[in-house]
Amino acid sequence: MVENRPVLRFFQHLILIVGVIIVAFPLYVTFVASTLTYDQIVTVPMPLLPGDQLWANYSQVLTAGSQKGSSAPVSAMLVNSFIVAIGVALGKISISIISAFAIVYFRFPGRTFFFWMIFVTLMLPIEVRIIPTFKVASDLGLLDSYAGLTLPLIASATATFLFRQFFLTIPDELAEAARIDGAGPLRFFWDVVVPLSKTNMAALFVILFIHGWNQYLWPLLITGQESMYTVVIGIKRMIAGGDASNEWNLIMATAILALLPPALVVVLMQKWFVKGLVDTEK
Amino acid sequence: MEKRVVFQSKWLPYALLAPQIVVTVIFFFWPAAQAVYYSFLVQDAFGTSSQFVWFQNFTELFHDGRYVESFKVTVLFSTLVAVSGLAISLLLATAADRVVRGAMAYKTLLIWPYAVAPAIAGVLWAFLFAPSIGIVTYLLKKMGIDWNWIINSEQAMLLVVIAAVWKQISYNFLFFLAGLQSIPRALMEAAAIDGASPTRRFWTIVFPLLSPTTFFLLVVNIVYAFFDTFGVIDATTQGGPAASTQILVYKVYHDGVKAADLGSSSAQSVILMLIVITLTVVQFRFVEKKVQY
Repeated sequence: MVENRPVLRFFQHLILIVGVIIVAFPLYVTFVASTLTYDQIVTVPMPLLPGDQLWANYSQVLTAGSQKGSSAPVSAMLVNSFIVAIGVALGKISISIISAFAIVYFRFPGRTFFFWMIFVTLMLPIEVRIIPTFKVASDLGLLDSYAGLTLPLIASATATFLFRQFFLTIPDELAEAARIDGAGPLRFFWDVVVPLSKTNMAALFVILFIHGWNQYLWPLLITGQESMYTVVIGIKRMIAGGDASNEWNLIMATAILALLPPALVVVLMQKWFVKGLVDTEK
Repeated sequence: MEKRVVFQSKWLPYALLAPQIVVTVIFFFWPAAQAVYYSFLVQDAFGTSSQFVWFQNFTELFHDGRYVESFKVTVLFSTLVAVSGLAISLLLATAADRVVRGAMAYKTLLIWPYAVAPAIAGVLWAFLFAPSIGIVTYLLKKMGIDWNWIINSEQAMLLVVIAAVWKQISYNFLFFLAGLQSIPRALMEAAAIDGASPTRRFWTIVFPLLSPTTFFLLVVNIVYAFFDTFGVIDATTQGGPAASTQILVYKVYHDGVKAADLGSSSAQSVILMLIVITLTVVQFRFVEKKVQY
């Protein structure tokens, strides 16, 4: 440190502690609410210490859903969310690594055109073209299917761009050596490029998993049957209307279940997460 | 930058590009083109016939008080989200940059909300602020503030801003921290030896050197507030009360899906596309100037 100022240091810790408390407070109240009975939550003020309904509430939502709102079991929604999140992450990584490889390691007519074609999609978030995209998906018979939930989300310029930037840093000597040894492009791709890209793939996977898990607008439109709900949609469907009439204990248990997997990914794979975040935005 | 060593093949690069191009054409270009096409059409009430009307949908929009209102709401909302989000994160990042003890723990405890879906962030805050049972509502009542975001439009706006900012703090924090850590220590030491106080050092050295990061985050946060906050709004106010939190994206969804007004909704989509394209171009112009993170 530049100098020693105990008062300043005290204030820094104070700011951080207050920050951490404000950031964590909603999570804490959510957790507490998920361990209470409905009657305990609607007493004003609600208790701020965990109750004894943890097991009851969580097993209720996991196996049977809520009573007043959607009655689909949350365990099935969690499975859907996992399928969508992993499908989106792996799909994006695989289609963009091969297209980036084509763009960097080949010269062919139309190369610049295709690069820009992919690049332009950066500018069109799904929110702005939502209704025509829905029509396309419905014409292709993709409503209420895993393909419909994942395919429109897997074309991504960011991943292609990231892999392109990384491939440009791979020394030319490696490709030269591979060619002299008689390895074709696909062999070079599998034995050199893919192993070298592992770090980037891991970082990208973490970001894309969270991105896929947290999708909201698209699954909301494309899923009609309860059996296809992802957990983020399911929770929305449990909120039936007026504030006190909701079964908040069950909604909050579902909220914890919905945010736990991506939060664990962020906390446990923090290194990959930070790398992925910084890389994808550059 | 180009590769010196390349492979030769007549068909392989096309085969490798094919999956991405197919997905892009089907789910990006085709729908975007349709949005533009529909935006020039008016359908009758039954959706059986449609008529080409040039820019009528657009002119109607800008003469529609509700659309202009939604524009104002969006500008207010994104300004509040971007400015307060950046200010809070910068404060936290400046504090975290200097602490030695517990730096890692603070960082971990501050970044996890990134993982929370906007819709869930909305649900959590809606519960805390629920008009009859919310714990924060209870505290506010004790302080003499009557809180009910279901009928009060300013409070509804405040609620969606809080939920949206809460979710975005972790992102801004990480980028600010990275920016702060790339500022050379020698500069700070030299200023300290010259007798500049920590506050003065912040405004004359840190803040100017951090401006590239700040600008980048400003654009990212505006884009976030424009589009990604759909979940926050839909899970809490649903644009209400009286459309006071109906941001543009929400209106596209509302008019297109709930009111089934295809022409108007498509025209709104086209306007949004133009806004995103402008923001993206601004951002890239800027990134090209080779700023250091």
